[in-house]
Amino acid sequence: MANVATVEAAIRLEWGLDKPLLTQYLTYLLRVLHGDFGRSYILQTDVSGLVLSQMLPTLKLTAAALFVAVVFAVTSALLTAGKRLPRSIAGGVELILISTPSFWLGIVLLFIFSFTLKLFPVAGDRTFSALVLPALSLGLSLGAVIGQVLREGLERALEEPFMLTVKSWGANDFVLKLRHGLRHAALPAVTLAGWLVGNLLSGAVITEAVFGRPGLGRITVDAVLAHDLPVVLAVAILSAFVYVALSTLVDVLYLLLDPRLRNRNLEAGH
Amino acid sequence: MSVSSPSEREAGRHQPRLRARLSSPGLTVSAIFLLLVAIATIWPQVLTTTNPIAADPLQAQLPPSTEHWFGTDHLGRDVFARVIYGARYSILIGVSAVAIAAIAGALLGLLSGLARGLIDEAISRFLDVISSFPDLLLALVLISFTGPGTINLIFALGVASVPRFARVVRAQTFVIAKSGYVEQARTFGLRRSVLVARHILPHALAQVPILATIGLGTTIIQAAGLSFLGMGPQPPAPEWGAMLAEARNYLRVAWWIGVWPGLAITLTVISISVFGRRWQLAFEGRRPS
Repeated sequence: MANVATVEAAIRLEWGLDKPLLTQYLTYLLRVLHGDFGRSYILQTDVSGLVLSQMLPTLKLTAAALFVAVVFAVTSALLTAGKRLPRSIAGGVELILISTPSFWLGIVLLFIFSFTLKLFPVAGDRTFSALVLPALSLGLSLGAVIGQVLREGLERALEEPFMLTVKSWGANDFVLKLRHGLRHAALPAVTLAGWLVGNLLSGAVITEAVFGRPGLGRITVDAVLAHDLPVVLAVAILSAFVYVALSTLVDVLYLLLDPRLRNRNLEAGH
Repeated sequence: MSVSSPSEREAGRHQPRLRARLSSPGLTVSAIFLLLVAIATIWPQVLTTTNPIAADPLQAQLPPSTEHWFGTDHLGRDVFARVIYGARYSILIGVSAVAIAAIAGALLGLLSGLARGLIDEAISRFLDVISSFPDLLLALVLISFTGPGTINLIFALGVASVPRFARVVRAQTFVIAKSGYVEQARTFGLRRSVLVARHILPHALAQVPILATIGLGTTIIQAAGLSFLGMGPQPPAPEWGAMLAEARNYLRVAWWIGVWPGLAITLTVISISVFGRRWQLAFEGRRPS
């Protein structure tokens, strides 16, 4: 029994658990600010190193999914805005994509393209082709949401008087939308960026599990199930940081993109 | 967007509201489907007499047939029965999480909007902290403290979506508390409690049920996702997300296990959002395009 007590005391000393709670918390915060997230309870390795080593596959996945989402949204908005039948078809497809859980889309894609057609690998992250299905399953539903907003913005822009002017110059429909409409349509879509980042980060966790990819999501799920708090906290703090930083950046970007907002702010200041 | 002619507007006004709503085929189909889901949630025995967790290794991985409509899974359990009974988990988790978020969010929003000052500041900063994490990741962090399980999953998802409700209710309370009719009601000498209960509360909370309906779809998807990761109901519970996680391992040999639960989630969420959108349009006084 004495043995257990001494071991416990040694551990308390080692982890600093003998100090007051506030001191422990401040020490933790100070360490975090220096990039030290402590040691994983389960893996017994340095958490910062672990997180850094798993960052690249997740970045690749989120970047590819972002690409899929933006390409889908822009194409669908450009091709269907202002046309009655195409827009209702696209609207239906988007409703289905939004309502489909990304992990189920992943499973369906896996079954069709990996198991039946054998076009893409089933799991892993070795080749570029291993990125295609995960990016599609994560990106399509996000692209559908952006597509809806983009189309609405594009249709509103098409009704503006300056569009009539451009039309009178002899610009064709596509150039009209692409060069003059999209810029205006992008403004409301940009406000979605914060939401988009959050969903990319959360979605990556599940998508990595579906496709057996390495990455932050994989270590997070393992850590949550094993109560490995230092790892969970590190990932949470990191993603909150990225999320807040990008959302703030977008707010600033919004002012840069839309000069009208700057003027309005000046007027309000008077 | 064309301006509707006077006669059109007249017609719109005189049309009975109920009939106008039922006239959309999408809405009718959604209503029927949601009714089925509701029956499956409340009284699954009506739809199937098969036991969803009774394993029969001799009947494992049979494709869909007249005996097993959706086939059987790797343990020989009837997939149709599991999908039907799964509604109880997936729907109840989603509904309970949204209910927690709506109630807590509405209370915090009201308190924040009415009290102003220090209380408002404290609540707002608290909401800022919650919303600085992506929804699903916050839920994961909470589960890492509480451990996986149905109740913990409901709690985690509920807390993660509190700000969505609190923000709207707070802003709405601000606007209404300042509005002319409340000012006037105050000149009648009404007590503050009466003023709040009779004149502010109903309008400040008017949007909450709509927000809840729209948010329910997202929450059901998130709940299924977290269950897929093993954070929700534990096997052998037939939760839709957890069923898909099992199906993932048998895709090569038995595709049907991985199709039906996903289809159930998607159709449910589509039906809910068809309802939510129509409700929102009606609330904003717009007619569906």
